[in-house]
Amino acid sequence: MIRQIARQRYLVDFTLASMMRRKVKNVVLFGVYFLIVFVLASVMLFGSAIRREAALLLANAPEVTVQKLVMGRHDLISGEHLEALSAIRGVRRAEGRLWGYLFDRGNGANYTMMVPPASDKAHALAPGEAIVGSGIDRVKTIGRNEYLFLIAPSGRFFKFTVKDHLPEGSGLVAADLVLISEQDYRALFDLPEDVYTDLALSIRNEKEVATILGKAAKVIPNSRFVTRSSIARTYESIFTWREGVLLALLGAAILAFAILAFDKASGLSAEERREIGILKAVGWETSDVLTSKFWEGALISLGAFLFGLIAAYAHVFFFQAGLLEPVLKGWAVLYPDFRLTPHIDPLQVTTLAFFTIVPYTAATIIPIWRAAITDPDTVMR
Amino acid sequence: MSAVRRSDLAIGALAVAAALALTAIAHAFVASRTPPESQAVNAALVRDLGLTDLVLFTDARYTRHPSVADLHSAFQDHPMSLDHFPSGSLIAPPRHIFGTGPRFATGEEIPE
Repeated sequence: MIRQIARQRYLVDFTLASMMRRKVKNVVLFGVYFLIVFVLASVMLFGSAIRREAALLLANAPEVTVQKLVMGRHDLISGEHLEALSAIRGVRRAEGRLWGYLFDRGNGANYTMMVPPASDKAHALAPGEAIVGSGIDRVKTIGRNEYLFLIAPSGRFFKFTVKDHLPEGSGLVAADLVLISEQDYRALFDLPEDVYTDLALSIRNEKEVATILGKAAKVIPNSRFVTRSSIARTYESIFTWREGVLLALLGAAILAFAILAFDKASGLSAEERREIGILKAVGWETSDVLTSKFWEGALISLGAFLFGLIAAYAHVFFFQAGLLEPVLKGWAVLYPDFRLTPHIDPLQVTTLAFFTIVPYTAATIIPIWRAAITDPDTVMR
Repeated sequence: MSAVRRSDLAIGALAVAAALALTAIAHAFVASRTPPESQAVNAALVRDLGLTDLVLFTDARYTRHPSVADLHSAFQDHPMSLDHFPSGSLIAPPRHIFGTGPRFATGEEIPE
């Protein structure tokens, strides 16, 4: 056993000396390999962590959101439906929600204006008061009890006293939120009484959602029902799609690297052939030559995979995926400042390891095996 | 004293990398079982305020609230008015295009 270990160490020594003779080529290959693994792993880790975060957080979203549709567009819904919906057996509570968007011409940001539900006593607001999200605090810098000035779409000025800020770390769900009272909301958007953006239903038994929706569709024709499970599926598909788009964009780079690596690994240079011939001539066995080359492939691919994975983990979970941010940010002025809870999907990491380590190592060994089983004299010529 | 062999350095570096990768996996495992305080705060906000979406893209309404946005909002101003926000290309097409199930109530027709 000890002899075997010593033998492998000598083979690694020899392999490294051989690699050092083609230092630049191997360093460039390792660098590109590392970068490819880093980018792929960053996208995978970010995608799986944010999917998990969305699933955990949105598990508390309203069970059913009812929207009125007019000509295929979302329209205001009348409060008179609330009573009819509450009367459906299985509906625990029906509440009108008031939320919408306000474009701030001053800084080009879009705010989500919202009225806290009556059931939420912690965020209850008197007219003239507001609670703002962390993103708004970043673009406007308003302290507690300071004033928030907003221009309504009608051109009227509104002044709110900032009663409080939404907690630090809530950026992922509330960065652009401005909570105001119902009275202010209706005045800001010139809304008549008894209309809502949409209605939220609380259901007693989640298994009854389909039946209740069937009844509700008869109560409010021309409406759309967004269930909690459909929200979860939307987010699942958004991030799978986004991951796919990023991977597709990287496809050309990955393909170029695959060609480079395959060419490097499978095509033996004249120098490498001569080296194998000399080794065979001085008494090396085919298995020794293969083991030496196996080490070369393994050191490059395993090293690039491990270092790439670690760098990607640090990038996504300690540096908030800073390099992916421009893609995520789009044209938005307000962007949430959030830290994802570290999460690794073992299947994804195993897949990444399999597709990065195995093909390269295999591509290194096969041509060497073909050269190594040939007569040394023929190889050297 | 003998000089450090290249094999020792290379295998040592790989061992360190493997140890760091295992540490990262262990860290993720522990972190996902002891979620940060912000997760509970966010979950409470979603429940109390009845939020339906994450704040990821605030540039357009169909990217800010993808789960409750209009189904045709990418073409909201004109049938040939294509999506001009970069993040729109990162949002998946509506699920009914893939035939993976309706997001409508039973009996309601899915618009073409």
